[in-house]
Amino acid sequence: MYFPLKRGLLRKKEADIKAVDGVNFRIKKGETLGLVGESGSGKTTTGKCILRLHKPTEGKITFNGKEIASLRERDMKPLRPGMSMIFQDPYSSLDPRQKAGAIVGEPLIIHRLVRNRKEYRDRVEELFRLVNLDPRMIDRVPHEFSGGQRQRVGIARALAGEPSLLICDEPVSALDVSIQAQVINLLKDLREKMKGLSYLFIAHDLSVVRHISHRIAVMYLGRIVEVLDQDTLYDNPLHPYTRALLSAVPVPDPFIEEKRERIALKGEIPSVLNSPSGCSFHPRCPLAKRECRQKPPDMRLVGKDHEVACHLV
Amino acid sequence: MTTLLKVNNLKTHFFTHTGVVKAVDGVSFHIDESEIVAVVGESGCGKSVSQLSIMQLVSTPPGKIVDGTVEFEGRDILRLDPKGKEMRGIRGGKISMIFQEPMTSLNPLLTIHRQLTEAMEVHLDLDRSQIHDRAIELLDMVGISDTDKRIHDYPHQFSGGMRQRIMIAMALSCNPRIIIADEPTTALDVTTQAQLLELMSDLVSKFKASLIIVTHNLGIVARYARRIYVMYAGRVIESGTAKEIFGSPKHPYTRGLLNCVPRLDTKDETRLVPIAGSIPNLVNMKPNCAFYSRCQHRVEECKREYWPVLRHITGLHHVSCHAC
Ligand SMILES: Nc1ncnc2c1ncn2[C@@H]1O[C@H](COP(=O)(O)OP(=O)(O)OP(=O)(O)O)[C@@H](O)[C@H]1O
Ligand SMILES: Nc1ncnc2c1ncn2[C@@H]1O[C@H](COP(=O)(O)OP(=O)(O)OP(=O)(O)O)[C@@H](O)[C@H]1O
Ligand SMILES: [Mg+2]
Ligand SMILES: [Mg+2]
Repeated sequence: MYFPLKRGLLRKKEADIKAVDGVNFRIKKGETLGLVGESGSGKTTTGKCILRLHKPTEGKITFNGKEIASLRERDMKPLRPGMSMIFQDPYSSLDPRQKAGAIVGEPLIIHRLVRNRKEYRDRVEELFRLVNLDPRMIDRVPHEFSGGQRQRVGIARALAGEPSLLICDEPVSALDVSIQAQVINLLKDLREKMKGLSYLFIAHDLSVVRHISHRIAVMYLGRIVEVLDQDTLYDNPLHPYTRALLSAVPVPDPFIEEKRERIALKGEIPSVLNSPSGCSFHPRCPLAKRECRQKPPDMRLVGKDHEVACHLV
Repeated sequence: MTTLLKVNNLKTHFFTHTGVVKAVDGVSFHIDESEIVAVVGESGCGKSVSQLSIMQLVSTPPGKIVDGTVEFEGRDILRLDPKGKEMRGIRGGKISMIFQEPMTSLNPLLTIHRQLTEAMEVHLDLDRSQIHDRAIELLDMVGISDTDKRIHDYPHQFSGGMRQRIMIAMALSCNPRIIIADEPTTALDVTTQAQLLELMSDLVSKFKASLIIVTHNLGIVARYARRIYVMYAGRVIESGTAKEIFGSPKHPYTRGLLNCVPRLDTKDETRLVPIAGSIPNLVNMKPNCAFYSRCQHRVEECKREYWPVLRHITGLHHVSCHAC
């Protein structure tokens, strides 16, 4: 996904912002794929491309067997209920004046998923119960809910169209630990209840991502650098960036922390506008060799469900 | 080790139209020389207000420090005039603070140079060129490159992580004895968080300063803190060394906090256990243990009309609970 960089009076396009650049992954039915990476690495943009909130510059997106990247909005419309998104901030992602029931029920009306008022009412109540909210709260407005409850309203709304793919963009980062646990448990319960529901779970907290995801894709500057399963992430991460990310996350146990390796990463993630040559991670990589500055590494399969893009692996 | 700062029975209340918010209600803690101490607890339990009280930075009204002492360098600094010369000498001088959002504590209209040197002009007995050199040296130390040029830039020209580095430089600029860092890295990427915390822990040991980290991230606490204070509803409910607390957490609240966070190192599909309910409204609280309604281990005595005292268990470990 390239965004045009426009500057000057005439708003002429000067360059491409390569927010997401050659990303490949698949999510199986019922699977949760975690997507991690530093701020600006292109996680949200990836999610929005899948939902077709952005039209990708190039590439294919196959959803339930159908190519959707190049579909026109009109042809996209009937597919929309099949996928939805929940957002980071339960405070700003809900319309403060709308009642919770209307927020949750809106997709039912937009996508014409109910035939009459009674069906509408029943379905909204069912959605409330699904996310463990008391249906008697239907008439409350967002500020009358706690942070965790608000996030549940957002989840109930996202589930209204009975989606097969739910894109969760930092759904728990803004919440206090105990409420975070409630929402994570809820998301796990929902995928049990609604067989076949898949998640793309975007977050920067690797502990949360590892906990909920079957597989994890690690993103750096618009590219995926490693894809691996939940266990391999902790036991055998191969990309130096994945290892650095992992070592940056402390474990709540001083006995383990005493012995853990800490990899200090130099500098900050560069801007996508002047993405480094070769492997874009090389300026920060503790192991970078000449080859890394010259040509970008290809993604290679190195084990079962384990792919990595690094010259040194 | 010598105790540097000692807070005794601190009470800071907010007098609002809905009632008295007992944000901090009888908190005691101390910090030794060259020590890293953490204050943890859920949002709203009084972590920030307790630290702001030390510096007499609580907005008055509605806030008021109604009781307690803060012993620092042989006197009670709560007795000092908040706007007086002595308190100003402590604030930003001997005790400095780093806040979560550097944009609110940096002035957007002034260059980094101005902001870094301003405090030094007040607190240090150096001439202009010495101050300038020190500013450059500090920025180098916290990892800002091209310091001679960048020192004349404005805050918005730096990334969030860089601004927080500048805040660290400012906090260290006047040779503080104590740095209070209130959620210093919460808004940042994990990699930046790790870089900054590593930097802070190196620098406090280099400067022989002590560090109070306020955070809700138990991982950070386990990695950096020697001792911990767990706060709940305006009180310390458990304290001790990191190893005592993580090794054998006693209070049901502390155990609850540990059970509700996913850990990077746990393989199995363990289910998280959220703490039932939510923290109570601190207005018009009942006189018994505030964790009562959420507690799985409560006993008859917990209904009685007083908080359990913070009692000694072993070593430095203390807990305030009738049931354990
Ligand atoms: N509409 C847009 N126009 C131009 N650039 C954009 C647009 N949306 C995103 N970008 C740029 O694309 C890059 C990737 O952004 P994105 O929001 O996808 O990152 P992210 O990984 O979700 O980061 P975060 O963790 O901060 O949410 C960034 O450099 C961003 O500035
Ligand atoms: N100006 C104020 N007026 C009224 N109540 C206040 C005021 N400032 C703080 N409080 C209350 O004091 C209590 C403690 O707040 P404090 O900011 O210390 O919490 P905290 O533990 O730092 O939380 P967080 O993790 O969210 O920063 C809260 O209940 C808060 O609502
Ligand atoms: Mg994002
Ligand atoms: Mg606070």
